[in-house]
Amino acid sequence: MRTLFIVFAKEFLENLRDRRTLLSALLFGPLFGPILFGLMVSRMLEQSVVESEVPLKLTISGSHYAPGLTQYLKARGVKLKFSELSENEARAAVRGGVSQVVLLVPEEYPQLFAASKPAPLLLFADSADSQTRKIADRARGILGAYGSTIAQLRLELRGVSPLLSLPVAVNEVDVATPTGRAVVVLGFMTYFVLFALLMGGLYLAIDSTAGERERGSLEALLSLPVARSALVGGKILATCAYMCISLALSLTAFVCVFRFVPLERIGMSANLGLKTALIFFGICLPFVPLGATLMTFVASFTRSYREAQTYLTTVLLVPTLPIAFASIYSLKPTSSLMFIPSLSQHLLMTSVLKDEPIFLPDVLVSAAASLGLALLLFVLTARHWRRETMLG
Amino acid sequence: MIEATGLTKRFGNIEAAKDVSFIARDGEITGLLGANGAGKSTCLRMLYGVLTPDGGKACIDGIDIRGETSKARAHLGVLPHAAGLYNNLTARENIRYFGSLHGMSAQRLESRTAQLSQALGMEAFIERRAKGFSQGQRIKVALARALVHDPGNVVLDEPTNGLDVMAIRNLREMLLALKQEGRCVLFSSHVMQEVAALCDRVVIIGHGRVLADATVQEIRERSGTATLEEAFLQVLGDTEGVS
Repeated sequence: MRTLFIVFAKEFLENLRDRRTLLSALLFGPLFGPILFGLMVSRMLEQSVVESEVPLKLTISGSHYAPGLTQYLKARGVKLKFSELSENEARAAVRGGVSQVVLLVPEEYPQLFAASKPAPLLLFADSADSQTRKIADRARGILGAYGSTIAQLRLELRGVSPLLSLPVAVNEVDVATPTGRAVVVLGFMTYFVLFALLMGGLYLAIDSTAGERERGSLEALLSLPVARSALVGGKILATCAYMCISLALSLTAFVCVFRFVPLERIGMSANLGLKTALIFFGICLPFVPLGATLMTFVASFTRSYREAQTYLTTVLLVPTLPIAFASIYSLKPTSSLMFIPSLSQHLLMTSVLKDEPIFLPDVLVSAAASLGLALLLFVLTARHWRRETMLG
Repeated sequence: MIEATGLTKRFGNIEAAKDVSFIARDGEITGLLGANGAGKSTCLRMLYGVLTPDGGKACIDGIDIRGETSKARAHLGVLPHAAGLYNNLTARENIRYFGSLHGMSAQRLESRTAQLSQALGMEAFIERRAKGFSQGQRIKVALARALVHDPGNVVLDEPTNGLDVMAIRNLREMLLALKQEGRCVLFSSHVMQEVAALCDRVVIIGHGRVLADATVQEIRERSGTATLEEAFLQVLGDTEGVS
């Protein structure tokens, strides 16, 4: 126990004086996520707000064949650009980016329209371009509305109630709470939290293992009359301490960033105040020893600082895998998923963000699973440290 | 006193040490002499218990290093081949870290550090961080670190490597002082002059075996040569003839 504390104190102090550790644990790790996230979210929000306000721009060709449609589009606030293009020219114009979306009224349109037969319209757009796809979608919506207006007028003229053409009336009821909607946007914030947490201990995990070996202080340390498990335990403990600091800073930064992100402008609210931050800290805390032992375990096998760095950057990605799976299969939090570290933390945090209740047994299972795995990794690490190959 | 009895160590097919036996006595400096790769480090590593021998036994003051590792190590100070320091810690903190891991009290640690600082001439840099230390300063701190718990036995693996003339001279004086204090000093080297100048006894190792174990004088007399260098070459030459 004494050894554990001595090693912990020394590693903590030593890394407090190391600029690289400090920068990554206390600056890059915790701030990178929130800042990037804040910028991204505000940009996304700005865009979605702006898009619905900006008038739809459309290039129309052959408008003289369809004066009614042209009138309708104008009345709906569509900004029309008139030009005369052949089918091939229209295609080239869209492909070349001269026009984003082209509506082409063919020559036969007025004749078929008058005969109450389906009159063709050609809408040119590049569906591979997300920007023009959105414009095309809006254009399609307006054209569809025009179509049904005409259909109803025709029915009325023939003395048929237009209601006959509406056998069902679908009313969508959106049950998403404002916070729930925000979760779609905030979903991957949890990864940034876990990333910051791991980042905090990354350099200490390397420095106290591969660094110790590369520096040539390992052999002297290993020839001391102390238990190797206590040595590596103290190192892991110091790594944990830095990870906790990094986690706390990261959550604080997120709380601050969300003060400035205009989520409420699109009717969302982020449930991330000081209380939520504290709950997040509690949820992530069991993941700290797991991350620390995992990184120390991997770094113990490497020969040099550089090698350790290479392997550990991969380790940083490990917690993304379950989270990525969860979003691909849109997994809902269930008790069995609480056995998977990183995923359980992600799901619990997401629930809290959504203002959904979280259950104590789930939290306990999540913590126990992470701590159990941490213990297993610790045993394996300590065993490796007892081997003579540890000398390198 | 350090006793090696029939130490044997294999790495795969390579026999790094084979039936190595010798005794390093208190109040004497024993030199482990051999070419690079002769098995010196392997032998020393078995003595301080970071390598487990495949056969044989190593005892420090009569305590089996395998059986009672911690107890044996309390009697032993080690300066490994790679004696790196923690660059972000001061010399004092480097020494204190090892001392506290040896279980020393803060008070004893304080007085012992002061004593070593004076004996090794570290006063000028004891409070400085190890980052910019010269090789000579580093070896002093590393030696102080190995001696902080006042061990009766000291093992040094190639301590003069990378040192300049002045630093080697200093180290030599330090080792002689340790001998004067009645400690058992065992160090390895591949430099004959060094061994000849310092050691009371020489153990010559080649191909993982003990080729000679005697005083410098005896080795010279036995081989009938004037210098240890010639004697050494002769001893090595013999075995090459044999194997």
